[in-house]
Amino acid sequence: MDKELKFTWKDILKYGAIGGIVSLYVILVGMVEAFDERYIIAETINLGQVTLFVPMFVLAYFAANNARKIKSTAFAIIASALVGLISGAFVAALLVLGTHYNLRSVFLNVSPGLLEILHLGRESMMAAILANLVIGTVVGLAAGLFALVPHRWSNALLTGLAFVLLMGIMQELMSITFGSKDWYKPIGEFIYAKKGLSWGGTALFLVLGILLSLWRSSPSLHPGKKVAKMPRKQRVTVQLVAWALGLIILLALPRILGSYPSEILTTVGIYIIMGLGLNIVVGFAGLLDLGYVAFFAIGAYTVGILTTTGKLATLGWNFWMALPVAIFLAMMAGVLLGIPVLKMRGDYLAIVTLGFGEIIRVLVLSDWLKPYIGGAQGILQIPKPRIGSYVFKGPEQIYYLVLAGILIVGYVAWRLRDARVGRAWKAMREDEDVAEAMGIHLVSTKLMAFATGAAFAGLAGAIFAAKLGSIFPHSFNLIVSINVLSLIIVGGIGSLPGVVVGALILVGMPELLREFADFRMLFYGALLVAMMLVKPEGFVPEKTRQRELHEEPLEPEIAPDTPAQAEI
Amino acid sequence: MLRKFMRNHDTTDIVMWLIGFGLLAAVVYGSYVTLSSGKYAPSVWLDFFIFGLAQGSVYALIALGYTLVYGILFMINFAHGEVFTGGVFTAYFVAIALEKAGFIEKNWVLSLLILMAVAMTVSVIVAVLLERIAYRPLRGAPRLVPLITAIGASFFLQYTYRGIYGSGVKTYPDFPALDGKLHAFGREWPILTTQALVIVVAAIMMVFLYWYVQKTKAGKAMRAVAEDKEAAALMGIDVDRVIVNTFALGGAMAGVAGILYALLFKQVNAFMGFIPGIKAFTAAVLGGIGNVPGAMLGGLFLGIFESLGPSLFLDGLGIPSPYQLKDAIAFTMLVLVLIFRPTGILGERLSEKKA
Amino acid sequence: MTNAMQSDYILETVHVTKQFGGLTAVKDLSIQVPKKSIYSVIGPNGAGKTTFFNCITGFYKVTSGDIILDGESIVGLRPDIIVKKGISRTYQNIRLFSNLTALENVMVGHHVRMKAGWFGAVFNTPATRREEAETRKLAMELLEFVGLKGFEHELATNLPYGMQRRLEIARALASEPKLLLLDEPTAGMNPSETEEMTAFIDNLRKELGITVLLIEHDMRVVMTISDIITVLDYGEKIAEGKPEEVRSNPRVIEAYLGRGAATQHEAQAA
Repeated sequence: MDKELKFTWKDILKYGAIGGIVSLYVILVGMVEAFDERYIIAETINLGQVTLFVPMFVLAYFAANNARKIKSTAFAIIASALVGLISGAFVAALLVLGTHYNLRSVFLNVSPGLLEILHLGRESMMAAILANLVIGTVVGLAAGLFALVPHRWSNALLTGLAFVLLMGIMQELMSITFGSKDWYKPIGEFIYAKKGLSWGGTALFLVLGILLSLWRSSPSLHPGKKVAKMPRKQRVTVQLVAWALGLIILLALPRILGSYPSEILTTVGIYIIMGLGLNIVVGFAGLLDLGYVAFFAIGAYTVGILTTTGKLATLGWNFWMALPVAIFLAMMAGVLLGIPVLKMRGDYLAIVTLGFGEIIRVLVLSDWLKPYIGGAQGILQIPKPRIGSYVFKGPEQIYYLVLAGILIVGYVAWRLRDARVGRAWKAMREDEDVAEAMGIHLVSTKLMAFATGAAFAGLAGAIFAAKLGSIFPHSFNLIVSINVLSLIIVGGIGSLPGVVVGALILVGMPELLREFADFRMLFYGALLVAMMLVKPEGFVPEKTRQRELHEEPLEPEIAPDTPAQAEI
Repeated sequence: MLRKFMRNHDTTDIVMWLIGFGLLAAVVYGSYVTLSSGKYAPSVWLDFFIFGLAQGSVYALIALGYTLVYGILFMINFAHGEVFTGGVFTAYFVAIALEKAGFIEKNWVLSLLILMAVAMTVSVIVAVLLERIAYRPLRGAPRLVPLITAIGASFFLQYTYRGIYGSGVKTYPDFPALDGKLHAFGREWPILTTQALVIVVAAIMMVFLYWYVQKTKAGKAMRAVAEDKEAAALMGIDVDRVIVNTFALGGAMAGVAGILYALLFKQVNAFMGFIPGIKAFTAAVLGGIGNVPGAMLGGLFLGIFESLGPSLFLDGLGIPSPYQLKDAIAFTMLVLVLIFRPTGILGERLSEKKA
Repeated sequence: MTNAMQSDYILETVHVTKQFGGLTAVKDLSIQVPKKSIYSVIGPNGAGKTTFFNCITGFYKVTSGDIILDGESIVGLRPDIIVKKGISRTYQNIRLFSNLTALENVMVGHHVRMKAGWFGAVFNTPATRREEAETRKLAMELLEFVGLKGFEHELATNLPYGMQRRLEIARALASEPKLLLLDEPTAGMNPSETEEMTAFIDNLRKELGITVLLIEHDMRVVMTISDIITVLDYGEKIAEGKPEEVRSNPRVIEAYLGRGAATQHEAQAA
């Protein structure tokens, strides 16, 4: 395929059309309207507009990039502008059609409100159409210029813009968290206007972002490298200090942030615990378990049943007694799940584990088990854990419980990774047959992976039950499994810090952006696909993985007992 | 002799066999209780059976999509359920328009054909887009990667449908001509007209598919690529094109399945493809993955089993509201098949080499 | 059948047959490999050599016959048990753990001689720590032995071809085998690399006292270091003996080069 060598008008049309379709998609799916209220820069740019124009920008950027390699710079700029124009035309077309025909009966989101947004502030239809075309072209042009600027600067600018975007989105969170503090008020007034960043704030964060990016990209100033160059004793001291500082900050966090952010952090934390568990199953051992939520459910329901004081009360234990039972039961379930799938290939393994997760979900919801576990009504009145007179009653206290969980689980995962067991898992992941030939007992190694992962999920579930005080079946569905899977993939399969990063991004962000909640799964799905296509090793790769996924694939696996593979 | 047995099977096999036989015993016992109690009249069983047949026909058509793709690419097209949804959901709007225009009353056959055409088109488009955007770039990648992509694509599509069309449940318009029991050859049959239509149409599609795969040049190319991709390429077959064709064919089957589903169950929503998708995959595995007649057989079998199951053995076991668990029956069947006969009833038809 | 008394042979295969459905890949193959020897198995492509190896390591279940390692029958045992008994191998197409470092690869090789489990790992017991340190030391030594010093922390997949081959051998040696199976160790190597590898293999039995069972296509290698050669064709043994004997065996020549070459050779010898 030597398409690479040509870049014609047809290609411009193609990019433009794709940009247009993506913009239409974003509109039809409802994002533009939903995000319209959230202003990034006060009175000027809101998130809805950003969402609308980013696809055009991206496509125009790629067009310019590709055009530049093949033709001239001037051509690249024209190309990018045209791509923007065409994309804008698509949007304008939708505006016209939507105004004249009632598209709403099919496309739910083509509402009067949306149409007004698409008018881009112009009164008449003609002006609106023109505005769309013009802005599209301008966006395209900007993208073209962006592509031509040297990488260091475009990265810096991008970081700056991203920072602005982030701070704009976070306005509400900031005011909830710090609003009552005296020291925040003047700062807040400076950076934020009523809705969105003020110009001052915009400028500030733009500059900060640019500086940050420049600092990271200049090799001489990079802190990580500086540390690596130090003599061993110094290096270890620096690392220890960094860890200690980090720990202190973590411990102090709930106090600093208050209860709403702490609530978010506990949710993130529970997902981190699960992520670390699934990371062992998928990341280390290479077993794609899609039914992971089942273990989470078992942990939660065990604590629920054993400790509840409500209708379904059984033993009325306290949390600390129920906890080991929950973990143990989850582990047993892990082994039980592992046994049937021991000999299965990757795809089948995924589907079967998915099936198990669904079976658990159906059972948990059923009338059959309702007398024991509450059916659709769930289990209520789960008491909070207490140590002596200290009750873990609110998010700020539960946070510490979660933190303890993370530290324990993280430690275990870390130790296992660098030990014989961890190596055995990784070897099994790489090449099961050869691993067996090295003396690794596949059955027990796989079961151990399942059991460990399940135990972590059980712990997470137990804490979850304690945190909420009541549990309902609808919290335990496939989506949870997919969430956990997504976050370890985004963070980096097999990488421990990656799990934390992934959780912060994938679980933290939607909490911050409430309008985003509607599009969360949409985004996750697209993210999974995009990550696999572009950066399968994740954002914080297990150092080893990055090389594999960007190189030639290996020979196909040898299937036992078939002559064709005998290599005779 | 026991030693030889112990050498070939280890503890885990024993555990599996125990679980399997336990489940089998439960099924037999439950059925015995139900049947001996005479709780359900024979005509009721017949109703269940026929419903299962109709439902199974739908599963069979969807299963074909899974089996064809697996035969060629050795991957489970996780998002095939969404291929199914796309067709029938989009056709819904056409159906509403047709109803408003009174067309369904006037000419139901043509209406149905239009709907099928629409559904097939959309399903094919979704399937082909999937292949082009999400799967093709990842053809050589390690096993986990395309699988995760498929999962991501599946969710993306589900929520796209929800975003664009809304999260509500839509109901397909009635086809008055198809109400009630079947009247043919001068008498009334104990089968609903819709069910009969579904079974017949599905059968026609399956025959068509079988003919296509076995007799046409394109079908032969498909089988060649499934057998040995490299050899096929060396013989001048455009492998990429064949793969696209395969996805398209599976999509077309899913499109028709969608309309049939709508006739049977009437309701559509953005997430409707997920469960039938898994069940259809179960059916494909049941029949032997990669095996076209197997998928058909598996679908029918699963449909009937799922329809009869709750009343037949779950009820007998004393489980209240057994119908809640009917999905669990399908999943359990999947697990059991994969444990005890992973090659399926009719056996796998895969090439010697994996992708 | 055989009693577990000390034999002179590290490995004996007794009428080993392996069938895949209708195809007989290995037919009635009986060999005796003396301890500390270098025993080569050669034959044209498709002769069943790798299949034979796979039978010995337990990867394939033999259709019939027995395999005796140091007096003990190992036929039918699982591959991971057979490793424990003392057989280790390399692969025709290199099968390293690509995403693990060279060091990790070799340490995995030692897995079968280690005991530490979950508990030891998590609680970092002194016994586990000691074992890890010892394994690490052994692995480093093996890496140095095969000439990979300095590359311990490179990903296996990033190493050049020749080094990968040697890494595979280091990994195989890590399980402290009595018998090492090498499947075409010089494949893809240039003459000087081949010479190095040949000397290296020869050295193995001197320094480590292990027996080497070798599949090779490069006749110079085979003829140089083998003590005994067995020739396979279509799964059957067609010749066996010292290198000089095998070299001039007409059946062997015929198998490799066809009937014409055999008669030509005879004519020349006459």
